[in-house]
Formats: sequence, C-alpha cells, structure tokens
Amino acid sequence: MSTPVLHIDQVNKHFGGVAALSNVSLNIQPGEIYGLIGPNGAGKTTLFNVMTGLYSPDSGRFQLDGKDYQPTAVHQVARAGIARTFQNIRLFNAMSALENVMVGRHVRTRNGLWAALSRHRIAREEEAQTREWAHRLLEYVGMSGFANYRADTLSYGHQRRLEIARALATEPRLLALDEPAAGMNASEKVQLRGLLEKIRDDGHTLLLIEHDVKLVMGVCDRISVLDYGRVIAQGTPEDVRRHPAVIQAYLGASAHV
Amino acid sequence: MTLSTAMTAPSSKRAHFGLLLFTVALVLAPWIVGHAGGNTWVRTLDFALLYIMLALGLNIVVGYAGLLDMGFIAFYAVGAYLAALLSSPHLLQQFPALVALLPAGMHTSIWLILPLAALLAAGCGVVLGAPTLRLRGDYLAIVTLGFGEIIRILLRNLDRPVNITNGPKGIAQVDPVQLLGVNLARTQELFDLRLPSVYLYYYLFAALVLLILFACIRLERSRIGRAWMAIREDEEAAEAMGLDTRRLKLLAFAIGAAFGGVSGALFASFQGFVSPESFSLNESIAVLAMVVLGGMGHIPGVILGCVLLAALPEALRASMGPLQQALFGQVLMDPEIIRQLFYGLALILAMLYRPAGLWPVKAGGAR
Repeated sequence: MSTPVLHIDQVNKHFGGVAALSNVSLNIQPGEIYGLIGPNGAGKTTLFNVMTGLYSPDSGRFQLDGKDYQPTAVHQVARAGIARTFQNIRLFNAMSALENVMVGRHVRTRNGLWAALSRHRIAREEEAQTREWAHRLLEYVGMSGFANYRADTLSYGHQRRLEIARALATEPRLLALDEPAAGMNASEKVQLRGLLEKIRDDGHTLLLIEHDVKLVMGVCDRISVLDYGRVIAQGTPEDVRRHPAVIQAYLGASAHV
Repeated sequence: MTLSTAMTAPSSKRAHFGLLLFTVALVLAPWIVGHAGGNTWVRTLDFALLYIMLALGLNIVVGYAGLLDMGFIAFYAVGAYLAALLSSPHLLQQFPALVALLPAGMHTSIWLILPLAALLAAGCGVVLGAPTLRLRGDYLAIVTLGFGEIIRILLRNLDRPVNITNGPKGIAQVDPVQLLGVNLARTQELFDLRLPSVYLYYYLFAALVLLILFACIRLERSRIGRAWMAIREDEEAAEAMGLDTRRLKLLAFAIGAAFGGVSGALFASFQGFVSPESFSLNESIAVLAMVVLGGMGHIPGVILGCVLLAALPEALRASMGPLQQALFGQVLMDPEIIRQLFYGLALILAMLYRPAGLWPVKAGGAR
C-alpha cells in the first residue's frame, strides 16, 4: 500500500464531558475521493476543524504524506497542503472571480512589499504566472467566461465551483470539501459530481464531508461513517451500505432492510 | 443585473489616464484657486494635500484591510512631533549638554526627517496594531480610539519630569522646509513668477502626494493588496487559504502609519508650531469621514472626500455671513455655528443617499 496522503491515528477530542471524537482513525490514499458521512452531530465537522487547525486534538496523531502534521495556526494548513471549501460559501465577495483564485495562489508565491512597489522583472513574471494560473483554473472548473465578474454576482453553482478553483490554486495534497452539495438542485449535483470525478482523475486526492448519502455513495471510492464521535464503519460504498451499524445509525435499531 | 454592472473590466489603462488627469489638475489647482480666492484658499489647498496623504494612509488600513482605525491621527502626531523636536530649539534649550554637539542649533534636513518620520510612525503602527490583531469591527474601533487618545495625552504630559514635548504649550519655532537651499517660508521669484510660500509648500506636498499615490496604486494591484482585500472580505476564508493574517494586518498598519507620519512631519514644518490640540479625536474622525464619504478602498473617491471636506468648512465660513446679509439684511447667527450645522448636515445627507461613498469602487474589483 502506498503512503496515505492523510493518516489520522487515534484522534480524540472532548468538549467538557462530551466525546466529540473518540479514537478516530482513517487513511486517505492518493488519488481517491474519500467520503466522511454520519448523522447530525456525529463529529464530522469537529474532525474537519481538528484537521484544519481550528481546534487542537486532545490526543492522536496526524500525518500528511508520511510526515507528522500538527497545525498550530489555521494559515499553516494550506501551506502544509490541505485546502478546504466551506459549507456556507465563503468567497471574497467584492473581488472578481479571477482575483478570488489569485488569492488562492498566495501561499505558493513570494512577491512582497518591495516587489509590489518596484514591479521588478521577477515580480512581474510571478504576477503574470499567478494570473495565468487563475485563468486556467477558472477554465478547469468551467467558468472561463466569468473571470471579471464580482464573486457575489455569480450563481450559486458557480460560487461553489469558484470556491473549489480557489482551493485548487493552493496546489493542495488534499482537497477537503465541506458539504459541497448543500443547497444544490439535482442537475447542479450531477455537474458537481462530474467535476469532482474530473479532479480525482487528474491525480488529486479529495475528502468529501457530505450529508447527501446518494452523492457520497455515487462518487466516493471509500467511506468512513461517524456516529457519536466514533467510526462505526469503513470501506467501499457497497460495504458501508450493507453494514448493520450504519443501517442502525441512520434508520434506528428496529429497522430491517 | 445587467452585464455592464456585473462585469468588471481590467482598468490599468484607465488608472494611468486618471493619474495623468489628476497630476494636471494638481499642477494647475493653486493658480485657479489662488486667482479666484487669494492665498488663504491656496493655504486651504495645502491642508487638503496633507489630508490626502493622511487619508490615503488610512485607506490602506480601513479601505483595503478593513480594519476600522479610529485613532489614526496618532501617527500624524508622531510625525509632527518628530519633525518639531528635530528642527526646533526646544531640545537644545532643555538639554544644554547637547549644545556642544550641535553648536549651530538643531536644524535637521527635511530629507532626513521625512524617512525618519515614516519609519517611526510605521514602528508605532506595528506596536499599536499588535495588541488589536484579534479584535474585529466595533471592538477594534474602540481600542484604536483609545490608542489615539493615549498618544495625545502622552504628548500633553511629557513635559515632566523631563520636558520633551513641552506639554500643552506645544513646540514653537519649528524650522520651515529648506529645499535645495530654498526657504519655502519666503516668497520666491522664479523668472517673472512670484511664488508665495503657500505655493512653494503646495508643490512640495503635491510631489509627496503623487509619490504616496503611486505607492498606493501599486500596492492595490499586487499580491499584498489582494491579500488585504481578502482579509477585509472574509478573514476566516483568507486564513484557510493560507494567508498569514497577523503579518498582513501589521503590514497594513505600518504602511498606513508611515504615510500619516510623513504628512505630520510636513504639517509641523509648514505650521512652524505643534501642540497636542492639533491631534484630537475630532481629527481622527475627520480623516475617517473623508475616506468613508469619498468611497472606502477607492483612491479617486478618497481624494475627492479629502478635497470636499477640507474645502467645505472654509467655503461655509466664507459664505454664511454674506448669505444671511442677502437673505435677511443682517447677520442673525454666527457663521461659525451655522458652518458646523451645515457641515454635519452635508455628511448626514451624503451617507443617507450615497452610503457607499460619493465615488465608490465600481461594481467589481478586477485589478
């Protein structure tokens, strides 16, 4: 087995007496779409926040590409290689779509104060490359005609795509999507699924946190199911679908499928 | 939503054209204004230019990075007092030991004072900015307001035990600017042209305004400028994109403060006198009003706001007496009082009908 992109080992997180995460372990392999599902309050968002440096875990270990990974500040996460999108879209509203993606390039570029003021040759080259990158990424997510639109004038589906393009601009090892299908209609979901598969097929690794079980089952290669802060099932969509603990968690103890 | 309002066009050419127009207006303005209203009005223009430097600095903090700073005048004060101390007899009078070192008196060149003022103010910007990094919105405004007052009260009370700032009496006899051997406080003859002092200072200030403007435009369209705006738009998302928001905010505080410091140093040399009362909370609010009235984060708007708010009180002062004379045959109310009434009314109307400012950023921000 190859080195997992993200290796989570025995992570615990308590809030007062509530065990939000207990002994959560999972491995995300390169080039797969990994799904994380579970009923409301199962700990999905907590795991996500621990992973992205918002909370620190009480115990446990993270490895990114085989190297220990312990973010102490949120801004280190993207530099380390995890880019995220938000459940409730958070774009830079007054900026154009292009500029939003260009901000995503920030961690992979170096131009500082002197570069901004003098615009020397290297600075101009880097700026041109940033712009070029951003245009390519907009085209990649199917938004090449919208580069100069203000982010808040875009349609809902486009805003979701723009968030993904902005995250991809950081050249992440792992792209973490927090409920990307929330609020989407059926046809937008189909398009989203196509985009996610395209991103995976181009060699990226994705983590999908989703409520929409149908989408997760359809698009993910492997899935972990969380309930009350524990991993109750792990495996391919087929394995998970038939797992008794999953059925119990989602449908209640007495259900028979 | 029509296409024209949703689309934002790359506007580099327009920016250059705008800068050219502004430069022409800047060169001609004192002659037009001076011809129409005399040297008093050119003096008002001089102050408008100082305000433009201040407002462009504040615009970096408030307009770009979105940090509501209510104590910005503190950096103006720092620059002004630095210039006053380095080019007036005050320090030598207080510390006679220094006389041996500087037998010719304390006359520091403006070329040294300006960079020092910028550096010192930038340093103060970082020091005052650092404790506020975790604060947002209203809380940030209150703390910065407090810092502004602390600086003013410090200047007011630093005459004991060692007299550094001369307390509420202020520091007088600040040297006028000497530029390439030319004393800007005296009328100069250039060929057949008589250039009174206010004109000479005007062109010095105008040159520095252009310099600061140039820096602002370049910063706005850069990796740093985009990062500032990202923080303004959504700090949490900006952090998730890997932006070190603490460093970027401190940088905004420092650069904005540096421009304020330069403006302050020029103010001290221009006036020849500084006292703590020039740096009250009212001044901070006036500069903020210029930025907000013109259009936050939009350089042409900020400049417009400065010119209007610097000229409006003077225009009202000059017009309210004669207007009452014409309407009622006598002066019923002190023009000073009506002037403030109308000033407030103008601000309220502007904010009611143009909440985004008189000249805001067009729909988009493609830069």
